[in-house]
Amino acid sequence: MDSRTQINQIIQKIAKRDEVPDPDESLFEAGWLDSFALPDVVSALEREFSIEIPDSDLNPRKFDTVARIAAYVDGRR
Amino acid sequence: MAFLVAFGSCLPSHVAGNAEVSALTGVDAAWIERVSGIAERRFACDEETVVSMAVGAARDCLARAGVDATALGLILVSSGTSERRFPGPAAAVAAGLGLTSTPAIDLPLASAGSLAGLALADRLAPAYGKVLIVASEKLSPIFTRPPINQTTAVLFGDGAGACLIDPDQGAARIVASDFHTDGTFAGDLRLEFEGPIEMNGRTVILQATRKLPRAISAVLERSGRTVQDVGAFLLHQANQNLLDRLAAALGVQPALFYSNIRRYGNTSSASLLIAAKEWLDEVGFESGVPVVFAAFGAGFHWGALLAEGV
Repeated sequence: MDSRTQINQIIQKIAKRDEVPDPDESLFEAGWLDSFALPDVVSALEREFSIEIPDSDLNPRKFDTVARIAAYVDGRR
Repeated sequence: MAFLVAFGSCLPSHVAGNAEVSALTGVDAAWIERVSGIAERRFACDEETVVSMAVGAARDCLARAGVDATALGLILVSSGTSERRFPGPAAAVAAGLGLTSTPAIDLPLASAGSLAGLALADRLAPAYGKVLIVASEKLSPIFTRPPINQTTAVLFGDGAGACLIDPDQGAARIVASDFHTDGTFAGDLRLEFEGPIEMNGRTVILQATRKLPRAISAVLERSGRTVQDVGAFLLHQANQNLLDRLAAALGVQPALFYSNIRRYGNTSSASLLIAAKEWLDEVGFESGVPVVFAAFGAGFHWGALLAEGV
């Protein structure tokens, strides 16, 4: 399973939606996530990909789209 | 090591409900309560200043402790809304208490300022004696002046709180405290001269939900305690949703997180001490039961403190 598929599943679960987000749409602007859901996404990414995301990387822009999240996660693995 | 003796507060009498704030900001009243848990807050009038509210809270605290202001060895005053660049309000607060030589130091940290004061006082009390921490904020003139930032204007209120620390005796013994700063996020929550409060809410929430549980866990571990031992969590009253999320992150019932944000909004650095005073009135310390204080705010500054009822 590629990282985008795993990320989509995380977003779908947290947003409680069945459809797949467009990889380049803003997850915030498109209503997938709000400020309080973002920490859940970060924690889920750490568990799913067995990575530790340092506080210095916790910039919401890094997690704004599925494509950006995938680029970040792939760079950490 | 030092002891928490008493808390005090001073709140403006004008209660501003969400309908009044909605009229000022153009933000829907029901939305305000839904996203923040805030139903009303206090607005200070022209005569109620950062200094006058601070002096009011200090007097309330000293009266509750049965301590005369002349017994103080040090005063720490936190405010992010000082009415001038210098001198800060600390000197005027000391003068308002009738003191003319007691050292009085400003902590212009905003939200985490009173926690910083408590953590510093824990270490300074053995050298200075009784330490009075006062936090006072008058935010309403800032967030109601144009240009209004609709996302932040609805969150804040005015008020002041105070706490007396004694090196030798009190209602609760400070067991451990922690305070941290990460200035790389200084731009994400700030108040420029003459500007509105600017907040990158996503960054603030993301960082707070990571850093605060870690700080709380650190003081618990240093105290040989677990989160299940804690009788109450007294936090900076920033947002009800954030308090609930922190409770979930620590795996404790949200009811253990004392909250008065519905009535006062976010009073920045004053909120922790106002909440502590009300919690003490309603519940109070129990012998041997730890209580956790914690705050996160602009800077970012954050920290936690664990005290145990004597």
